[in-house]
Amino acid sequence: MYAALWRLFPGGRLAKTLQALLLFAVVVAILFIWVFPAVAPHLPFEDVTIEPTTGATS
Amino acid sequence: MRVVRAVVGTVGELAITAGVLLLLFVVWELGVVGFTTNRAQAATVDTLERQFALPTPTTPSTPSTPSTSSTTDTPTASPTTSAAVPVPPPGDAFAILRIPRLGASWAKPVYQGVGLDVLAKGIGHYPDTQLPGQVGNAAFAGHRAGHGNPLIDIDTIRPGDAIVVETADTYVIYRADRSEIVPPTDVNVLAPVPDQPGVAPTEAWLTLTSCEPKYGSTNRFIVFAKLDRSVPRAEGLPADVLAAPGGNG
Repeated sequence: MYAALWRLFPGGRLAKTLQALLLFAVVVAILFIWVFPAVAPHLPFEDVTIEPTTGATS
Repeated sequence: MRVVRAVVGTVGELAITAGVLLLLFVVWELGVVGFTTNRAQAATVDTLERQFALPTPTTPSTPSTPSTSSTTDTPTASPTTSAAVPVPPPGDAFAILRIPRLGASWAKPVYQGVGLDVLAKGIGHYPDTQLPGQVGNAAFAGHRAGHGNPLIDIDTIRPGDAIVVETADTYVIYRADRSEIVPPTDVNVLAPVPDQPGVAPTEAWLTLTSCEPKYGSTNRFIVFAKLDRSVPRAEGLPADVLAAPGGNG
């Protein structure tokens, strides 16, 4: 999977490394800015309130 | 053989990718969000302090009809009556919570409401409970994990520890009474007399709720505190109240 990606990058070893790092940075940015904020509210440790029935909001 | 090796290799790469994703999430939640949330909360506390320091304008909540004798000679130490205090609008920061046990400079903004959007910003006040200092129970919720972990050390609070709610005109000083671990649906902890639903309150209580265990949410960690005294802002907060409490943290 990643080997195929490595072959896909043009240029020499240095150029490939730089492209890989850049791609990783872009993925991390997408995760931090859009994906994780959307996922976080559905995780259990966000629940800190007392509610008569689980899932209700007060 | 080539096929098997390719499949195993791809599965392995996917597993490593999943691990990296989870690690990145932890870095994001506890690092990035914690950092930005703590900075935002410190800024909100500063703003509130400046607002509170301004000379209070003549309150629009003053009843137009002359009030009866009950309000004239109330000593400052007694809890205020419920009618006088305006309820803050939902989502508004209206108080500063200080718990010396959690740190000498530990101060968090208190918002009206306990929705996830509100709790992402700071401590939330259950809208259906009393306001700080009033007879009955003022209940607050706060994150123990994530969003800056404001109440991560809630389990270190010991009976007698000061819990101070600073509002626009008053320092409301509570003393921790006891703590307990309850199921998430135990609404009795929010009752006007905590754990005694239906009983008419004569004292002012404060309830803190957060999750239990740390980084989990199967139960709720509850701290009850009872009103010690209310000090008008003009008199200033007694220095010893915020002093580091003794005993093991």
